[in-house]
Amino acid sequence: MVEVIVFVACAAVVLGGAVGVVVSRNPVHSALSLVATLFGIAVLFVSLEAHLLAAVQVIVYAGAIVILFLFVIMLLGVDRAEDLETEPIAGQRVLAVASGIGILGASLLAFFALAGDDLITGQPGAIQAITDEVPNVEAVGELLFTDYIAAFEITGVLLTIAVVAAVLMVRKPPASVVEDDEPPNALEEVELTRQAASDAAAQARAEAEAEAEAAAAERKAAAADDTEQADEADDEDKAEVD
Amino acid sequence: MEVTTSWYLALGAVLFTIGAVGLLVRRNPLVMFMCVELMLNAVNLTFVAFGAALGDLGGQVSVFFVLVVAAAEVVVGLGLVVAVARRKPGATADDITLLRG
Repeated sequence: MVEVIVFVACAAVVLGGAVGVVVSRNPVHSALSLVATLFGIAVLFVSLEAHLLAAVQVIVYAGAIVILFLFVIMLLGVDRAEDLETEPIAGQRVLAVASGIGILGASLLAFFALAGDDLITGQPGAIQAITDEVPNVEAVGELLFTDYIAAFEITGVLLTIAVVAAVLMVRKPPASVVEDDEPPNALEEVELTRQAASDAAAQARAEAEAEAEAAAAERKAAAADDTEQADEADDEDKAEVD
Repeated sequence: MEVTTSWYLALGAVLFTIGAVGLLVRRNPLVMFMCVELMLNAVNLTFVAFGAALGDLGGQVSVFFVLVVAAAEVVVGLGLVVAVARRKPGATADDITLLRG
């Protein structure tokens, strides 16, 4: 009975958090709802006796990933409320909900109707049986460092590559590289060299801007909403300043 | 009444669906990333539930690797978001359909 209560409470938290992520107007609220979902999943991991994963879930997901999200949200200053009333692409939401119903129907059908009583067909304990003698953390750790050592090492390489890629992407480029986001008080010389070196780039940018304006006009026509228009006026102002 | 594997699988399916719908509906790249995290978590829950049903540790080890890949994905994705936001402040996913210079 306790199990049922725990499951129902966790399921409520998980689903409530998930809905909160999707419908929150403010990205910060989305991130906080995500924390609720991740904690609910962690408790479900405990009830499935995956203790190591529960701890890792809280430390890595709730502790590191969500904090990273919040850092980026605050850093970019995108923590203002979004307008969710207007639909940018006609029929987008209807199609999204339809495909959602499709996914849900297909997975539930696969789980319960087609599989029926033979839901789980695998061989029990094929990789490593769960026993009561060995604690969960010890068992998973041993498996990771013996059978899965190659995969474990490769994830180390993957993480290193991810860190290097992140540093490369957000690094401030050298002055010779064409940049749109230089502050206006940059050195005159740099400005001149840049402009001489970047005729083609400027042309491409102008084309892109023209296309963006055309797209903006289309969107304005599609959704005649005041806030949307104000946003786009802002965007155009910024483009002119640039 | 007892909590069976099917309960966990149904919860995972619903969570995955919410994440997928959010990914399709929202335009803010950060919120879209969060929806991807929801979908990854739904799959993790399914892995662990099947592992527990079979009395096997393989499911938990898979989830461990999924976690690592999710962390790497978030790092790279947020780096992209920061790089895009520097050039075009307030850009949504619709505004970055052109990936040239």
